[in-house]
Amino acid sequence: MRSPDIRPGVRRLFRLALQRPERAGAEMDDEIRLHLALRTEQLIRQGLSPAAARAEAERRFGSLDEARHRLHDSASRREHRMRTLERLDGLRHDLRIALRRIRRAPGFTAFAVLITGLGVAATTAVFSVMSPLMLRPLPFPEPERLVWIASSSGGGLSAVTSRTSNLRDYRERARSFQALTGYYAFFEYESYNLVGAGAPERLVGVGVAQDFLDVLGVRPLLGRNFVREEGVWGGRPAVILTHGFWVRRFGGDPAIVGRSITLNNVPTEVVGVLPPSFDFASTFVPASRVDFLRPFPISDETDRWGNTLAIVGRLKPGATVESAQAELDAINAQLQAADPARWGLSAVVTGLQDHIAGRFRPAMLVLAAAAVLVLAVACANLSNLLLARGQQRAQEMAVRSALGASRRRLLGQLLVESLLLAAGGGVVGVLLAVGITRWVASTNAVSIPLLRSVSVDGGALAFTLAVTLLTGLVVGLVPALQVSRGDEAATLRDVGRSTSEGRRRTSVREVLVVWEVALACVLLVGGGLLLRSFVRVLDVDLGFQPAGAVAWQLNPGRDFADDTAQIAFYDALTARVAALPGVDAVGLTDTPPLGRNRAWSIQAKGAVYERNETPVAFPRLVDSRYLQTMRIPLLEGRYFTPDDDAGSRRVMILNQTAAERLFPGEEPIDRTVLIGDGEWQVVGVVGDVRHQSLEEGAGLEMYLPYSQQPDFNALVMVVRSRLPVETLAASVGAALRAADPSMPAADYQTLDAVVDRAISPRRFILIILGAFAGTALLLAALGIYAVLSYSVSQRRREIGIRMALGESAASVQRRVVRRTVLLAVVGVALGAVLSFAASRLLQSLLYGVGSTDAPTFVGTAAVLLLVSTLAGYLPARRASRVAPVHALRAE
Amino acid sequence: MGDVLPLVKGTLDVLVLKALAWTPLHGFEITTWLEARSGGAIGVQDSAMYQALHRLEARGYVVGEWGVTANNQRARYYRLTKAGQAHLAAETAQWVRYAETVTGILTSAPGPA
Repeated sequence: MRSPDIRPGVRRLFRLALQRPERAGAEMDDEIRLHLALRTEQLIRQGLSPAAARAEAERRFGSLDEARHRLHDSASRREHRMRTLERLDGLRHDLRIALRRIRRAPGFTAFAVLITGLGVAATTAVFSVMSPLMLRPLPFPEPERLVWIASSSGGGLSAVTSRTSNLRDYRERARSFQALTGYYAFFEYESYNLVGAGAPERLVGVGVAQDFLDVLGVRPLLGRNFVREEGVWGGRPAVILTHGFWVRRFGGDPAIVGRSITLNNVPTEVVGVLPPSFDFASTFVPASRVDFLRPFPISDETDRWGNTLAIVGRLKPGATVESAQAELDAINAQLQAADPARWGLSAVVTGLQDHIAGRFRPAMLVLAAAAVLVLAVACANLSNLLLARGQQRAQEMAVRSALGASRRRLLGQLLVESLLLAAGGGVVGVLLAVGITRWVASTNAVSIPLLRSVSVDGGALAFTLAVTLLTGLVVGLVPALQVSRGDEAATLRDVGRSTSEGRRRTSVREVLVVWEVALACVLLVGGGLLLRSFVRVLDVDLGFQPAGAVAWQLNPGRDFADDTAQIAFYDALTARVAALPGVDAVGLTDTPPLGRNRAWSIQAKGAVYERNETPVAFPRLVDSRYLQTMRIPLLEGRYFTPDDDAGSRRVMILNQTAAERLFPGEEPIDRTVLIGDGEWQVVGVVGDVRHQSLEEGAGLEMYLPYSQQPDFNALVMVVRSRLPVETLAASVGAALRAADPSMPAADYQTLDAVVDRAISPRRFILIILGAFAGTALLLAALGIYAVLSYSVSQRRREIGIRMALGESAASVQRRVVRRTVLLAVVGVALGAVLSFAASRLLQSLLYGVGSTDAPTFVGTAAVLLLVSTLAGYLPARRASRVAPVHALRAE
Repeated sequence: MGDVLPLVKGTLDVLVLKALAWTPLHGFEITTWLEARSGGAIGVQDSAMYQALHRLEARGYVVGEWGVTANNQRARYYRLTKAGQAHLAAETAQWVRYAETVTGILTSAPGPA
């Protein structure tokens, strides 16, 4: 009557506890039936009649139907719980086995973890970089209601900005907005000398409308926002420090709020400090620096400056970009009708997020696609490795299968192993990604917005987790299905005899390798196209020579009695610097290339233009040596001379594009150009300069002697010299301090660095894509190597026999290499087709290169074939060295 | 059954474990064992005991297996597992300490501590 004494562990092994719910119920009924029968018997023995005994038995059991129901429930709960425990137990078991296998092959494990880590790092890093720009809302409350209002969709800051009167009128009339505000977009023209408490320093401050922070929804970390008395023309000077500047210059001292600092000789109260979450520069003007905000008055005075204001609005709930656009169009029409002479009435509304992130969207999508490809290559590679390993354990699996282990169980165990490897890769990947994002967030050289808030955050971690799980499943599935395919008999028969491995398994591995090569091909083509664009951009004729030129920001800490005194000061300063040993040339300008820009309307005297057809040119105020110092070539006429001063006739030099626009087919020299009402005589024509960006051709440009148009706040001094930058900086710095002790002397940049900043987004994307392509190439090469060397080692016997029968080593080698080349060729062909389709995505990132650029495709194919052949050569050599006797004896 | 003690919550499980401490039993045997030991003083419905068994089995304290009684009837026999023995020992010790403490307090002479 004893139950079979089987220990629970053993029962588990034989899966005895697993019962179906309906069976548990039936068994429960059996138990109840027996219980009632025995109880009735007992009561009859005690003297009750059978009927009374039965009734009493049921009474004692508890109301039968209800009790039965309850017991069924609790029995099925029990089953459920036991099953869960059993599953957990199985999982623990699988984990233990997988861990043991992983420990036993440290080399393989390290390799697998590294491969997955690379893939995960690529995707996680790209996800993190994309996240603030494309996925996360802007760091303001209800950011979806924030809009950017440009004056037109053209290029150049003047085309983006509006007159302050527009803001004033929109504020009055527009009903779509809860509030409208703006900032002075030409802030880089201004500069502020901070003196006292340390070395004099040139600061960059942005003028913002008084309610700017309120509209964005930014609360100062310390202190308060600007008040009315500070926001009006000639109002009380006040600044709000950016968090970075506050920490850098004042060591994060909270007592700074309420204190006065001296900016350009004006005592100015620090009224607040911005929170670290609001990085003005990183959000609105990436890769520039902003030290403080100051109030910018929306008044008649500032309206006279023309298009200066970048307008930001907050829509009312329910209003859309389209409805706001329609309303502003209508308002502009009314205003124009009321005042036909008014200019600059146009508004283009876009979501603020679109404005900030929009032009980087294609680049980010390309990076995301590339990261996914890298991950796919990594997966294929790991799958391949697992397949090779699976070969070795096929026998073990066959034995276990023959002993009754279910296919699902075996499959689960294999998946646990690949998931573990993927998890390891996930950890490595996250660590790598954290390193990458730290670097990205700390670099100031890349002008992509919001990079500074890049980090591996919760969202990125969740993403990584999902990617890792998916990787583990995908990577493990193919090998697991292969291994647990069944056919134990065949596998067991093969024990101890290494016959040529199964065709099917080989072909799966070769298919994986072909795909690896194909995906690597896509990445290489993408990288190649970007690289060639990059080279083209570098080869662009800038119109000036950046090499050997250094630019100083000048900002004397003094007020000048009049323009003459100011010009005299600068002339003396440049003369002093020009006299320094090793200095070849010195020039001054208010607008160096690839930086700030403003635009003025001009006309050829006597010409008639359609409304809105008036030419708009970028003015550059320069001294008489600037053009020569920059080596901007003279095409016609003459350069400025020191005699072109305030007392002489007003003269200008046009660039080629402006000359052709104003005087098509005519001689421009000695013609007169009108700027407003002023008449200027053209004395020369110079070559075009890439002023806005390297990729854009020149617009209309005009150079004016700064002595004749002293409409500048700060100047840039360009010094050309063959001295090393440090040596030059020391002597020029000394000269600047000698001229004015309060002038910051260390604010210089080589023009090469300026150019570098202009190409930084392009290079950033190129570097990442290049790294991805390199990784994919390496992985594909490893894949080929692994497949071939494995197949060679599996076929030692066959090779041995062939060689014993007279095949030469060279012929064996050729056969292996031929296989390699075949795989590579198929992969490259497939990859070329894919690349052809994918390169369209890249179109908008390319410059001077078609998306089907033949040299790129041919080059990629050559690289892949070469690398593949190299990867296949090692196994081939090994194969040819098989000594027939050893190979045969090894059995 | 005039003088039936209401069962303190959770005690039934321990009592069932105790019943199985010596040898595996089927459900009715456990019931009769409990009735004999308590002299009928502990009143629970028979079905409650089966529920206790389900709980204990789910927690891995007992294992139920089908066997045959002396009269050749199919019955489910419950056997204490190692974990069940440990649990029984721990619960017993705790129960004894609890009962001693409470008894000590209740039977001491009233007065300030």
